Amino acid sequence: MTKEEEFKKYAKKVYHLMILAFSIFIIAGGATIYYVNDPNFSAFKNNTEALVITPEEIDENLIENGIHVRTGLVDGVGLMAVVNNCTNCHSAKLVTQNKMSAERWNETIKWMQETQNLWDLGDNQEIIVNYLVTNYPVTEKGRRENLTNIEWYDLEN
Amino acid sequence: MHIVYCDFYIRNIIIFIVLKRRDFVKKTTLSSLATLIGAEIVYGSNLLEGYNLLVLQDPDPFKMFNKNKEMIVLNDKPWNIEAQAHLLDDKITPNSAMFIRNNGLIPEAIDAKKWTLTIDGESVVQQKTYTLEELKSKFEHHTYQLTLECGGNGRSEFNPPAKGNQWTVGAVHCATWTGVRLRDVLEDAGIKNNAVYIGYHSADQHLSGDPKKEPISRGTPMVKSLQDETLLAFKMNGKDIPLAHGYPLRLVAGGWPASVSGKWVNRISIRNKIHDGTKMMGTAYRVPCEPVAPGEKVKDEDMCIIESMPVKSLITYPKSGAVLKNGTPLKIRGHAWAGELEVSKMELSIDFGATWRECPIEKPANRLAWQHFSASIDFPKKGYYEVWAKATDTQGVAQPMLLPGWNPKGYLNNACHRIAIKVT
Repeated sequence: MTKEEEFKKYAKKVYHLMILAFSIFIIAGGATIYYVNDPNFSAFKNNTEALVITPEEIDENLIENGIHVRTGLVDGVGLMAVVNNCTNCHSAKLVTQNKMSAERWNETIKWMQETQNLWDLGDNQEIIVNYLVTNYPVTEKGRRENLTNIEWYDLEN
Repeated sequence: MHIVYCDFYIRNIIIFIVLKRRDFVKKTTLSSLATLIGAEIVYGSNLLEGYNLLVLQDPDPFKMFNKNKEMIVLNDKPWNIEAQAHLLDDKITPNSAMFIRNNGLIPEAIDAKKWTLTIDGESVVQQKTYTLEELKSKFEHHTYQLTLECGGNGRSEFNPPAKGNQWTVGAVHCATWTGVRLRDVLEDAGIKNNAVYIGYHSADQHLSGDPKKEPISRGTPMVKSLQDETLLAFKMNGKDIPLAHGYPLRLVAGGWPASVSGKWVNRISIRNKIHDGTKMMGTAYRVPCEPVAPGEKVKDEDMCIIESMPVKSLITYPKSGAVLKNGTPLKIRGHAWAGELEVSKMELSIDFGATWRECPIEKPANRLAWQHFSASIDFPKKGYYEVWAKATDTQGVAQPMLLPGWNPKGYLNNACHRIAIKVT
């Protein structure tokens, strides 16, 4: 055995010893940390109250049947601009209830900027207004509408 | 206290996180929430077992506000909820059917023991602050039934449409309010000769979160402020006022737009000019001083503040859509009110206004309370009918069958209410 071979063998031994020591350290350390947090070793018992961790993905922008689930807004060009700029302070319900022309939406945006701390919408303003007039158009109602959506029921006297 | 603080804190940080309700174990919830929001949850370890963090709840407004399940939610931030006509059948409206109209966020963690009301302003003789207990013990108590109707009730019918919450018919109620007279409190602090208006200030929070902004701060001219029926109320229908309706102290001025009846009131300023608080100016709660064509642009300076609400009525029984057998008379009832005035005549029509039949109307329980009508109607033959109701006030002014004068913000729609009936 040359001196070099002997050195290699020795180094290998030291290397193995170090791995062993390190592994023991990790296991012991891990066990200690576990013990500190769970001294009853409850995780190893058949416990009905076991942790149920739900690693469910939270899709904030899920769209179902053409509706943005979180806000109830109709899916369409400009949807996310509306979601991101128009639902921070008030509910999207305030948006969807209103049917206005582009001119009146622009006035409303100006009013919100002047009095309600709405920020400058930049290029998004046109995108937002287009989305609103396209997806929530003004309907002509006349001076008095017919009664609609009547739910008929037998009246017991 | 910690819990209240905690969910307040969390809610302010996470606005966007929507989680489906799960039975999270507390630690997991807290740590994953902390991860999600990248912030530690203050006092999280003090959370009670079984306490659901507010962000994890599907907020159920009906439970939260004790409302009838048939109430209609128009808006959830801020909360705006209205009744349907048939829910308002009681002579005195219970909380379950009372509409909610909020301009800002409902104040949290109210301690009535520490609540104070300050009377200040240019025209107060001496600024004074009263605790709630002092108000209750120092001044005489009065109880009135008072009609409060949102200025925008009926807005949904205007054409072209008006901006705002699209109320149909249910933003009105008449509950019993108990409190002290605003007049007694104002006079205790002293009213200078140059007083013109009062303006209220409240504890609610602006939607933008800006603490310098008030969501709403309206008021009334001195004449209205000094009326017997204008109360600083601490009870509604004999109990503490529900939080959503202004607990622990609400200004109640019946017959005027309900926005004048400030909730969560903690300060009243006696002003030497028309109050210039939020939603007093611009187009808010104002209509064109002179009539305009539908859709016409109106300058701010040509808009005038709404005072008394107009004459109006509501058929509360039966619910629209009743089917009855030929030959059976239809029993019908409802309420009518006329702002500052009284209703002197009530009429019903089953032929779209071609003929009207007068029906009895009761006297109000007190001034500014709504009045009740009832009738029995016979239908001549089978078919589709609408029962239309029309009230007339003591000055001879009646409800229009068509929409009244168009105005940019869609206020004061007092067109006749009607229900659909089928005779088979």
